Amino acid sequence: MGDIFSMPMPVLMGQITLGLVTGSFYALLGLGLSIIFGLLHVINFAHGAFYMLGALVAWHLAQHLGLGYWPALLLAPLVVGLFGVVLEKTAVRRLYGRDPLYSLLLTLGIAMILEYGLLWRYGSAGLSFAPPPQLTGALNLGFMILPIYRGWIVLCAAVICFAVWCLVHRTPLGREMRAATEKPELTGLFGIDVPRLRSLTFGLGAALAALVGVLAAPIYQVSPLMGQSLLIPVFAVIVIGGMGSIHGTVLAAYGIGLAEGITRIVFPEAAALAVYVVMVAVLLLRPDHRQRSF
Amino acid sequence: MAAIPLFTAARHPATLLLAGSGAALLAYLFLYPVFVMQVMCFALLAAAFNLLLGHVGLLSLGHAAFFGTGAYVAGYAAKHWGVSAEVALALALTVSGLLGAGIGTLALRRSGIHFAMITLALAQVVYFIIFQTRALGGENGLQGIPRPAVFGVIDIADNGSMYVFVTVVTAAAVWAIWRIGRSPFGVTLAAIRQNETRMIALGYEVQRIKLAAFVVSAAFAGLAGGMKAMVVQLASLTDASFFISGEAVLMALIGGIAFFAGPLIGAAVVITLQFALVASPVPAPMIMGFLFIAVTLFFPQGIAGALRNWRSPKTQAVPEQSP
Repeated sequence: MGDIFSMPMPVLMGQITLGLVTGSFYALLGLGLSIIFGLLHVINFAHGAFYMLGALVAWHLAQHLGLGYWPALLLAPLVVGLFGVVLEKTAVRRLYGRDPLYSLLLTLGIAMILEYGLLWRYGSAGLSFAPPPQLTGALNLGFMILPIYRGWIVLCAAVICFAVWCLVHRTPLGREMRAATEKPELTGLFGIDVPRLRSLTFGLGAALAALVGVLAAPIYQVSPLMGQSLLIPVFAVIVIGGMGSIHGTVLAAYGIGLAEGITRIVFPEAAALAVYVVMVAVLLLRPDHRQRSF
Repeated sequence: MAAIPLFTAARHPATLLLAGSGAALLAYLFLYPVFVMQVMCFALLAAAFNLLLGHVGLLSLGHAAFFGTGAYVAGYAAKHWGVSAEVALALALTVSGLLGAGIGTLALRRSGIHFAMITLALAQVVYFIIFQTRALGGENGLQGIPRPAVFGVIDIADNGSMYVFVTVVTAAAVWAIWRIGRSPFGVTLAAIRQNETRMIALGYEVQRIKLAAFVVSAAFAGLAGGMKAMVVQLASLTDASFFISGEAVLMALIGGIAFFAGPLIGAAVVITLQFALVASPVPAPMIMGFLFIAVTLFFPQGIAGALRNWRSPKTQAVPEQSP
């Protein structure tokens, strides 16, 4: 156990940066999950698998088509997003109106097939994916050394979070989405194609997860089970932030990311537990905080 | 419909259960005993799990925490304290029940899908704690767990006597769960599933009743885990992992959650599949994934539901929706 005040500044800042990176991933994955839940009432257990698919597609693009990081950043989400739309149209759609338990277990089944099927094919050894040359190296900021790629992730995440917020709150499509979330039947009566909106939303969520996968590919190894360890903490983040609230999710995600980073300095063994401790605290202090659907 | 039915119009559930135990004992002659004992342990886990999902309508995604705790507690007590078998199992039951009280108190602060996610998250905490505790063997698990004598006198070290012991304990526990479902308490649970708001309006302390059901379910899941640790003489990290929680859900769902016999049938199906696939290169979780998809999309009533519709096609059992 160390003392946080006697830490050299660079170590502390390093952990804070790492915390911000983790928080960025939590925020982006949590956003996708809560948008899907808001409109479809589906807890998407395949979200971790979509994230993994994004990274894997990027790796394949690099390996077989010679495409680098930048095209992958665009193409991988597109591919996975289309895959999400197809899944919604063929399977997820059939369970609307049933107990949410069924769609939860359906997506869990999809995740298990994707993750373990690909594990069978690729093995559990990680595949490496190089970051683009523009983003390698580190910046010396005086009080700390910032690896450029980490900074890029945090910057990217902030921009994407803002873009998603704009999409939901400032565009006609977002207006329809919010309307369909609150009153699906009534929205349908106004001539808005709610089923189409739902497939689109599921695809959007999947694409967002895949984008996170591409962002994560250069710093984590690309492997079929890479999404598993990330998904459960993200669920906890959503419980803390309040399902369906964009700023709640983002705030909770960065808070938890930082809490994890700081715990790693003070008490490394418990870093993975930080998110759950916060969740328990929130449950105890705010028994029915933000239990609403979007 | 008050409590959930056994299978179809069962007039003599006790007779059926005795017949089931008889069949299990008879299976010893034809099947690999460790396989049947595993089926019984998981049947108990699935029945305990369904006490929440089928009776109350609460989906727990964290029952591995109780199963795993039961396995480690019984294993540790038998190995390091040298207690007799029934004491080890009683400890597993009690500790898991207490853990259930803790996790249940927290998770029941939310309902529906949030409840499921919180049980999942808290089960992950239990997993981490077991993983980090050096006395429990970390990644290697607790190996070489003995099968201590029952009451200190009845030896159950060989598979034959262990088999009888497991059959008796499973039958007693499954019968207890069945009785609980049929008791006034169980009928209250069914009423909460059907209309929670009305039960609150009628003055029932719904939260406390749900918590009681959660504790009972957790305790029996722990008993199942403890028994499993003695059968295979190993408590492993897998016992506490999400994989087991998922298996419990799958077993209940395949068998049919609206029927008491459903989870028991489901456990037999899933464990049989796992034993059949053990030599094949196809990863078992992938097969489980296909089963999840098939059951949710095409057979939401499970095997028991399908059989019942086949027996009496006029009274279709429609899976109920929680409000």
